[in-house]
Amino acid sequence: MADSGNSDAFVAFERVQKSYDGETLVVKDLNLSMPKGEFLTMLGPSGSGKTTCLMMLAGFETATHGDILLDGVSINNIPPHKRGIGMVFQNYALFPHMTIAENLSFPLEVRKMGKSEREEKVKRALDMVEMGAFGGRRPAQLSGGQQQRVALARALVFEPELVLMDEPLGALDKQLREKMQFEITHLAHELGITTVYVTHDQTEALTMSDRVAVFNDGRIQQLAPPDLLYEKPENSFVAQFIGENNTLEGVVTEMKGDTCVVRLDDGEELDATPINVTSVGERTRVSIRPERVEVDKNRLQEGAHTLKAEVLEFIYMGDIFRTRLRVAGNDEFIIKTRNAPDQVRLEPGAQIEIGWLPEDCRALDAS
Amino acid sequence: MSNSEPMLAADGTPLKRSLARALRREKMRALMLIAPLLLFILLTFILPVADMLYRSVDNKIVSEILPRTVVALQDWDADSGELPDEAVFAAMAADLQQAAQEKTHTKVGVRLNYEQPGISSLFRKSGRKAKKWNVEEGGPWKEQLIEVHKGWGDPEVWRTIQTYSPRVTQGYYLNAVDMQVGTNGAEMRPENEQIYGILFWRTMKMSLIITLSCIALGYPVAWLLANLPARHANLLMILVLLPFWTSLLVRTSAWKIMLQQQGVINDVLVWIGFVADDSRLVMINNQFGTIVAMTHILLPFMILPMYSVMQTIPPSYLRAAKSLGATNWTAFWRVYFPQSIPGIGAGSILVFILAIGYYITPALVGGTTGTFISNRIAFHISSSLNWGLAAALGAILLAVVLILYWAYDKIVGIDNVKLG
Repeated sequence: MADSGNSDAFVAFERVQKSYDGETLVVKDLNLSMPKGEFLTMLGPSGSGKTTCLMMLAGFETATHGDILLDGVSINNIPPHKRGIGMVFQNYALFPHMTIAENLSFPLEVRKMGKSEREEKVKRALDMVEMGAFGGRRPAQLSGGQQQRVALARALVFEPELVLMDEPLGALDKQLREKMQFEITHLAHELGITTVYVTHDQTEALTMSDRVAVFNDGRIQQLAPPDLLYEKPENSFVAQFIGENNTLEGVVTEMKGDTCVVRLDDGEELDATPINVTSVGERTRVSIRPERVEVDKNRLQEGAHTLKAEVLEFIYMGDIFRTRLRVAGNDEFIIKTRNAPDQVRLEPGAQIEIGWLPEDCRALDAS
Repeated sequence: MSNSEPMLAADGTPLKRSLARALRREKMRALMLIAPLLLFILLTFILPVADMLYRSVDNKIVSEILPRTVVALQDWDADSGELPDEAVFAAMAADLQQAAQEKTHTKVGVRLNYEQPGISSLFRKSGRKAKKWNVEEGGPWKEQLIEVHKGWGDPEVWRTIQTYSPRVTQGYYLNAVDMQVGTNGAEMRPENEQIYGILFWRTMKMSLIITLSCIALGYPVAWLLANLPARHANLLMILVLLPFWTSLLVRTSAWKIMLQQQGVINDVLVWIGFVADDSRLVMINNQFGTIVAMTHILLPFMILPMYSVMQTIPPSYLRAAKSLGATNWTAFWRVYFPQSIPGIGAGSILVFILAIGYYITPALVGGTTGTFISNRIAFHISSSLNWGLAAALGAILLAVVLILYWAYDKIVGIDNVKLG
C-alpha cells in the first residue's frame, strides 16, 4: 500500500525493519518516499512504530534492516548531529539552563557561525514565531504555547531542509493546539521545508497534512491525502481509526464488478462497494460513515439502500445531533445530522427507516 | 472595600487572627508529631554541642578551687619579675589545704599543667603536705611553700595562675591555633611546637582531594545508573550500596590488606615486574592510603545525590542537542553537564563535610602523615583528657565548615543543591 522508493524522493525508507529485542519487529518492511516540501504525518496508536520510524530518521535509532535515504544518500551510518535535520520534541526539550536566545543560538554556535550572524538569525527566527520579546527569558518562565513556539523556532533556526516533529502539540490545551496546528502548517509551507509529523491525534493529522501515513502493527496501513483517507479507507483498521464509523458484519453473497451484495448476520441483504473482499462467501465488515446515513425518506437519493432501525438515544451536541440506533442487531449504530431548522429530532423508541448510497457503504476485510 | 482596613471574618474579628486561631490546632498537632524527634535531637545533639562549645572557653575550675588566691593575685603585677607578697602565699596555702581535703587539688594542677608543664606535680606534692598545715597560725607561707616545692618560687607559675584565673578563657582557642599567652599577650608558639595549623590545613587539603576523587570516580557511575535500562541499573545500584552493608572496619582493614607492602597490589606489581621486590611501594599508613580508603568509603555519598539529579534530566535534552548539530562531547558538556551540577554540589558538600570530620579511617590507615584534625580531637578527648582543647578544636572545625557552607551558598547558591 505504501509507495515504493523512487529516485527523486527527498526522504525515502526502503524495506526498513526495526527490532529492539531480536524477537519481534516493531517496524515491518517499511517503504515510504516523500517529495521535497511535503508535509507528511505519521498517524497511529501508541506502539504502532511511528515514533520508532521518526527516531530512525533522526538517527537516534538504527534500522535493523533496510536503507533510509535523505536526498538520495543513505544516512544509515551518519550520526544524528551530521544529518542536519531539525527536530521538535514532545516536551520541547528546551535547555533549562539557557535563555531562549541562547537556546536558539546553540545550533548556530556548534556550526561555528559568527556572533553577528548568529544574533541576526536568532532574532529573525524568534520574530517568525512572534516571540521576539522573549529572548532573555528562560524556558521555565514561558507558558506551554510559548515554549512550543520557541522549540519550533530552534528547530528551524539553522535552516534545515527536513524537520521532524514528535507529537509537538500533545501537551497543549485544545484551543492552543488548534491555533498551533494552523501556524505550523503555514510556516512549513511558507518556508518550503519538508516535514515529518508524528501524532496519535487524527484531527491533527487530517487538518495539517498533505499526506497521512496510518501506522498499525509496524506497517503503513494506508498512505493517502486526508480526504481520501477519510472517505475511502482501504481497510477496516483505517476505517475504524480515522473518524467515526459504523460497521455491520456479514458475508459476501454476490460480486457484481463495482458492487457486491452482502448478507448481514440478521439476514438482511444490502449493496456495497467491495474494497478488499474478492470472493463470494468471504466474511466482511461493511463500513458506513455516520454523516452519510439519511433518515429523511424524502431526501433519499436514487439507488439508496434502506434498512429498518430503532432509535435508542438522541444526543444534542449543538451544531449536530448524534443519534444512536439499533440497525441489523448492532446497538452502536451512530448517525449524525446537521442542526438545521427543518431537521427532525428523533425520539428514543421510534421505528424509522434509514438509507445510504452503495458508494458510501464499503465492504472491507473482517479482521 | 479599601485595602487599608483589615479584612474581618463573619463574627467581626480580624480575618488574620481568625485564621491563626483556625490553624493553631493543626500547628499544635504537627508539633506533637515531631516532638519526639525534636526532643531526641535536643538531648543528643544540640545540648552536647552547646556543652562542648561552652567547655572550649570554660575555666571556672581555677577560681572555684583557688578562690582566695585568685582574689589575692588580682593586684600583683606579673611583669615586675618579683614573686607575689605574703598575702598571696597565705591565700594559696589556705586554698591548697581546703582543696586537699576535698581532693580537688590535682584537678586544678592538671588544668594548669596544660598551660605550663610541671604545675601538675607542684600541686600534687604540695597538696599532700597541705593537709597538716595550720593555716591560721603557720607561716610565713612564702618560705614554707617554696620549701615544699621550689616551683612556688618561680614567678612564671604565678603568672600562669593569674592568667588563667578568670572564669572564661581564650587559652584553649589560642592553643588550638598554635598560639600561647606570653609576656606580651598572645604570640605564636615556637615553630617546632606548632601542630594544629598543619593538621587543619592537611585535613582541608585531603578532604578536598577526596571530594575531587569522588567526583571523578562517581560521575560516570551515576551517569550509568541514570541511563542504563532498569534491570542493569538495579544491579549496579546494589553494587554501589554494597559498601553500606559492610562494616566500616572491615572495609578499612581490607584496604590495609590490599595496600600494604606485602599486600595484594604490591605483589601483583612485583609479579608483573613493574616494581622491584626490594622497592615495594608504600601505599598505606600515609596520606595516599587515607585518600584511597576514604574515597572508597565516601563514594556512595557522592554517587547517590548525583544519580538522583541525573535521573531527572530527560534523555531528550541530549537528543535535542545532537539533532541541533552538537557532537556527543558538546552535547554532554554544554547541555547535560550544566544540568547535573546541582548533584555534584550536593555530593561534594556531603562528602567534604563527612571527610573533614572523619576519624576511624585516618586513625587506622593514616599513619603519622595521614591523620586528620579529628584524630587529634579524639586524642584530647580520650587520652590527654584536655576536653577544653578538644572542644576548641571542634568548635574551630565547626566554624570552618559553616564558613565553607556559607561561601558555597554565595558562589554556587544553596538552592542549586538538589538531592533529587
